[in-house]
Parts: sequence; C-alpha cells; structure tokens
Amino acid sequence: MRHVISILIENEAGALSRVVGLFSQRGYNIDSLTVAPTDDPTLSRCTILTTGEKDEAEQITKQLHKLVCVFRVSALFEEAEGGIEREMVLVKVNTPNRNVRDEVKGLADIFSAKIIDVNAEIFTLEYVGTSSETDNFIQTLCKLAEVVEVVRSGVLGIAKGTHYMKP
Amino acid sequence: MEKLNGAQQVVRVLEDLGVTRIFGYPGAAVTDIYDELYDSKKIVHTLARHEQGAVHMADGYARSTGKVGVSIVTSGPGATNTVTALATAYGDSIPLVLITGQVSTDLIGTDAFQEVDTMGVTRPVVKYSFLCKKPEDIAINIRKAFYIASTGRKGPVVVDIPKNCQNRAYLFDYDNKSDVHIRSYNPTIFGHKGQIKRAVTELLKAKQPVMLIGGGVVQGEASAEVLQIAKSLNLPVVSTLMGISGYPASDPQYLGMLGMHGLYEANETMHNSDLIFAVGTRFADRATNKVSKFCPNATIIHIDVDPASISKTVTANIPIVGDAKTVLTQILTELKEVDGKPNADINLWWDKINVFKQKHCLDFRKKDGIIRPQEVIQTLSKVCHELGINPYVTTDVGQHQMFTAQYFKFEQPRHFITSGGLGTMGLGFPAAIGAQFANPHDCVICISGDGSFQMNMQELAIVKKYKLPVKVFILDNSVLGMVRQFQTVFYHERYSATNLDGNPNFVKLVEAYDLKGIQITDDANLEEDFKKILLDKDNFTLVDVITDTNTKVMPWLRANGSMVDMMLNDEEK
Repeated sequence: MRHVISILIENEAGALSRVVGLFSQRGYNIDSLTVAPTDDPTLSRCTILTTGEKDEAEQITKQLHKLVCVFRVSALFEEAEGGIEREMVLVKVNTPNRNVRDEVKGLADIFSAKIIDVNAEIFTLEYVGTSSETDNFIQTLCKLAEVVEVVRSGVLGIAKGTHYMKP
Repeated sequence: MEKLNGAQQVVRVLEDLGVTRIFGYPGAAVTDIYDELYDSKKIVHTLARHEQGAVHMADGYARSTGKVGVSIVTSGPGATNTVTALATAYGDSIPLVLITGQVSTDLIGTDAFQEVDTMGVTRPVVKYSFLCKKPEDIAINIRKAFYIASTGRKGPVVVDIPKNCQNRAYLFDYDNKSDVHIRSYNPTIFGHKGQIKRAVTELLKAKQPVMLIGGGVVQGEASAEVLQIAKSLNLPVVSTLMGISGYPASDPQYLGMLGMHGLYEANETMHNSDLIFAVGTRFADRATNKVSKFCPNATIIHIDVDPASISKTVTANIPIVGDAKTVLTQILTELKEVDGKPNADINLWWDKINVFKQKHCLDFRKKDGIIRPQEVIQTLSKVCHELGINPYVTTDVGQHQMFTAQYFKFEQPRHFITSGGLGTMGLGFPAAIGAQFANPHDCVICISGDGSFQMNMQELAIVKKYKLPVKVFILDNSVLGMVRQFQTVFYHERYSATNLDGNPNFVKLVEAYDLKGIQITDDANLEEDFKKILLDKDNFTLVDVITDTNTKVMPWLRANGSMVDMMLNDEEK
C-alpha cells in the first residue's frame, strides 16, 4: 500500500538526516522525498512517499513523531477528507524532425504540459500532476519520441478541505 | 549579565544543573573545558581508563540514582569509543548527557586530526544530539540535552562542542535562565481518562489477570504504585529482565522474570492469562518469543510513555500513553472511585498458578567437586539477606546475567543494573564503579563472567585510586558459557571460538593493582567465604569462583514457539 506522509520539521542541521536515518534504520522504504523551508523559515515541510502495510505506516508515523526535531506528522490519505498530491516532472526529448516536433507539441497540449526550453534537436517539457498522471505522461511521451532525460520532483502533499497542518 | 567564555559556560551550566560528578577522558578538543574543570568546586571529575568505561560509569551512576549521568570525552576516537556505551544506555532508556569535543568549525569537513562526524556516528544510538556551531549555543544546548535525556522515554543525548567555541579569549553573556522549551518535543504524561476507565473495567472483569512490569517501572519510579495496585486486586506480578527490582522479590505475588530464560510459573501464567496489564515494557523479542503465538487469550492493556512502543510488536487492546507513575496513580484513583475489589474468581487463578510453581523450575543438583553457578548466586543472595545488606548488583551479559536475574532476590528498585536491550558485555564493572560513586555507603556487587570482565577490566585502576569497596564475583567457567550452551544444543557440541584459553590469573591481575583477590574452587564453605568478603565493607575484593563449564541456563524457550514452549532442566532432578 502506498502512503504519503507529511512532516513539519525544525529547519536545522541534521534534521533531515534523522528522518532519512529512521527509514533506513528500521527497514522502511522511501519511494520519494521532498523537502524545503516553509513560509516560517525556522520550519521545513517534508513529504515522503512510502509503501508498506497499514500497521507499518502507523509505526512509521509514530517513530517519526518521536524524533525530537519533528513537529507534526500526518499520513495524508488516512485523514477524513483525504489529501491532494502533485508531482512535477521535467523531460528532455529528442526532436530530430518536424514530424516529431509536431507530435510532441500536440501531446503537450493534450496533457496541458509546457514546453519550457526549445532548440533544434531537443525540447524540454514540464508537466504537473498526480504520480499516476505523471507516469502516464512519461509513458505516452516515450511512445512518440526518444526521451533522453527525466527528472521527477517526488510527491508533494497537502490535506483536502478544512484540514491543515499548523505549526 | 555575567560574561564567561565557552569553556567556562560548559562548566557553569553543568554546575547550575546540579551535576556533581563527571566521568571522562581528556584530549586535544576538550582541553579548555578540562582547564575550567580543574577549578570547579562543585564538580568532581573521574578519569576513566577508556571512554567506553567512562560512559558506562555515568550509566551506572544514572541507573542507581535516577539522575542524569554525565560524561565528557574528546573528538574523533574519544567519541567513537563511546558508541557502544551510548547504545547500551539507549537500549535501556537511561538518561545520560555526553559532551564531546569537536575540531574547530573552520576545520569541520576537512578530515582534520581527530575529526569524526560525531553527530552522524552516534545518531542511531542516541535520543538526540546537538552540534554547537557558535559559543552562544553551548549553555542552551546543554540545558536542552538534560531536559530531553531526563523526560519522556529517557535516553542518552550528545552535545558536540567544537574547539574554537570553547575559546578562552571570547567572553559573552551567560544566560542562567533555567526553563527550557522545545516546541517539537512534548512528552505525554497523563493518561487518557476514557482509556483509564476502560482499563479499570477490564481489570476488574478479568478472571485470570497478570501484571507485567518492565524497565519503565524502575526508570519511572512507579514501584510503589505497582505494589499498591497488585495488592488491592491480588494480581500476580511478572517482570521483564529490565523490570527486575521494580517489585519486591520476597512478595508472594511475585512470580519472577518471564521470557527466553524466564521462570516456568511466569511464562505459564502469562500464556494462560485472560488479561495482561503491562506497564513500561516494550514487549521485546526475548520476552515474548514468537509474537503470533504470544498469550493467545489475553486482552492487553499497555501503559507506556513512548507511543511508538505500543502495538509495535504485540498489539494492545487498550493503549495508554503516559508516564508510568502518573498513569498508575490515575488508575488507583479510578479504582477507589468504583470501589474496585479483586475478582471473585481470582483464587481459582491463584490455584492454577500455585500448580505452575510446583514445577520448581530453578531446582538444581549439586555436583561433587565442582561449584554450580546457580549455587553461587543463590548463596550470595541468601548471605546478603542474612547480613541485612541490600546491595546494588550489576551484571555483564551471558549465563551469569541470567542466573542473577533468576536467583538473586531484589527488594528495591534500581538495585539490579544490567544491559537488557543491547546486551553489552563489559557494562557490569564500570557500571558498578559508577553506582559505588553515587552510593558510597552502600554495598555494590558486580557479578560477571570471565569473558565479560575482560571487556572493561582496565577500570581496575579507578577502584585502586579511589579505594572503592566494590565486590566483583566472577563466575569463571573458562568458556563463553551462553554461546557454548547454544553450541551444545544446536551445533552438535562443535565449540567454535568459545574456549577462553589464555585467561589471566584474576587474583594476580588485581594484585598488580594492589587490590585483594581470592579464588574459590570448592563450595564447602561458600556461605562463610561470602560472608567474610561482604563484611569487609571498606575494601575491594575480586572473587574468582571456578564454576562448572557444562551447566546450562534453564528454562529455555524454543525459538519461534509460544511462551510455554520451554526446555526444562529435567536432567537436574
């Protein structure tokens, strides 16, 4: 089972290594991890995508909460109103001829992706969506053109509705 | 505000926190702090002979008193040498603060002399750690370290202080504000009221209840409340290894230790219970055996200060997060309110338990010409009792540890000091030194093995220097007994690397330090011999007791079985 865990941590040296260390120490997987300071620069918001049984996810949340530098923890999709997730991907594709360029342009329109950098041989595209939408975008693109590089941001998550994580 | 330099602030804040004793080892990165310690009127420093020994001493000091143990070492090898001792304290949730020197901030990351990433190396084995990046961080970080170490689920905390932050030339304001607030750290103390009501209802309903106490009862000072509840509901009490001393062993309701080498009656009572009232235990693998087969009919009430310890292995039906003493007090109040009386069927349960006891699983047969290890512990316990001595007993790890847990009768909390979580050979002797410093007028006994003792015997120098009257009893069977017993049973007596050929003459060894040592090879006068040794209150004695090599620790749970899949020592009877 897939779990998206949101964490608010102190923005201090070593805090992220404690979070990551916890996962390796206890044998949990990290499928993706994103972290950046929040509007309050003393805090960082971190989103971790992990897979495991329900009780394992529960144990992860408890262990994370136990870390002294961790302020808030929530498992997004276990909240009453659920969560919203987004992932950004940057893709470079070879565009050797007009035909391919048109195909790529057309696909970008359908997916509402942006072409953010262009030269004669290579287009760079930007796409934002859920993880499965992002998977789908990349797979479709692969069928039309030669993809030479893919960079995914990892999942970002936030709770739906009136729920929010207050410091 | 008073102006002090970084090194002075280290010493001052420790003094202000009430620290009177530090165990440590100097080196280049802490010389400024040591220079300040030289003048301290309030703090006495003990120079260990190895950094691991120093932190184990602080550990023994902490375990025997409940205070935070403090240790100080230098950067690099000084810090790495403490890792085992930190992990030992972490495994048993012992409050320690370790101050480590670090290379100057401008050298960090350059592979400087005696540089190691102390925060990184120690991270998995501490509750928390701080790196002081500027001198102004020192006092507040040390205060936070004490607060974190001694609250919630206790544990060791490291404060890493770079050399240039201790600079004697740089004076700055010393902030003597003592209150510490950490917004991301708020341990739960009070139990949830609804859960407490539910727990009491279940407790009163249970026909075959058992109370299980762990290290949290000892570390959380909850023994009096445990006793009160056990008495008011006539509950049988079982203890984990770390819970030993949390309930008086002489009380008839006490059934002893459970688990891998637990007593027959303790394991049977657990397995047949319909309710387990667990306090301050984490249901460790050595206690439960195979979790899926653990106590199939029991409802589990689980009180622990650490929410992550609840339902980690064994799923709790009624989890209560909170401090053991506080939650048990809440339960006592609730019991009074509902006028809780022992269950009407409790005597039938006790009838069953008394049948379990008839197994006499600890009985052993004497052998001619050789001392059985059980006999040594049993006699020692008996002699202490007869002499009215209530000793602090430390152990190392192995057969002697299990025999002590099984045969020694502990009446008061904090009097049994052992490495349960990490299982560290080498804790016992330095921990005994720490306990003796903390309790100078009490008897401190270290029960060790000939293997374990050699892991930290360099600390004999401390005993010599401070004339500490510690008594060391070595159960000397010339082998690594616990591993050997595995080899006897599961490896067709192929004794790979368990023979300790090359052991020193322990008596001569301590004589080299001008200390007294005696060897006992014959059990004819064991009681008299032990009495004489214990009555010599002012002097150290090492007692090398030559014991049987082939004795196995029994009972012994079969791996992957339930708590009643026990091998018993039938050959002994």
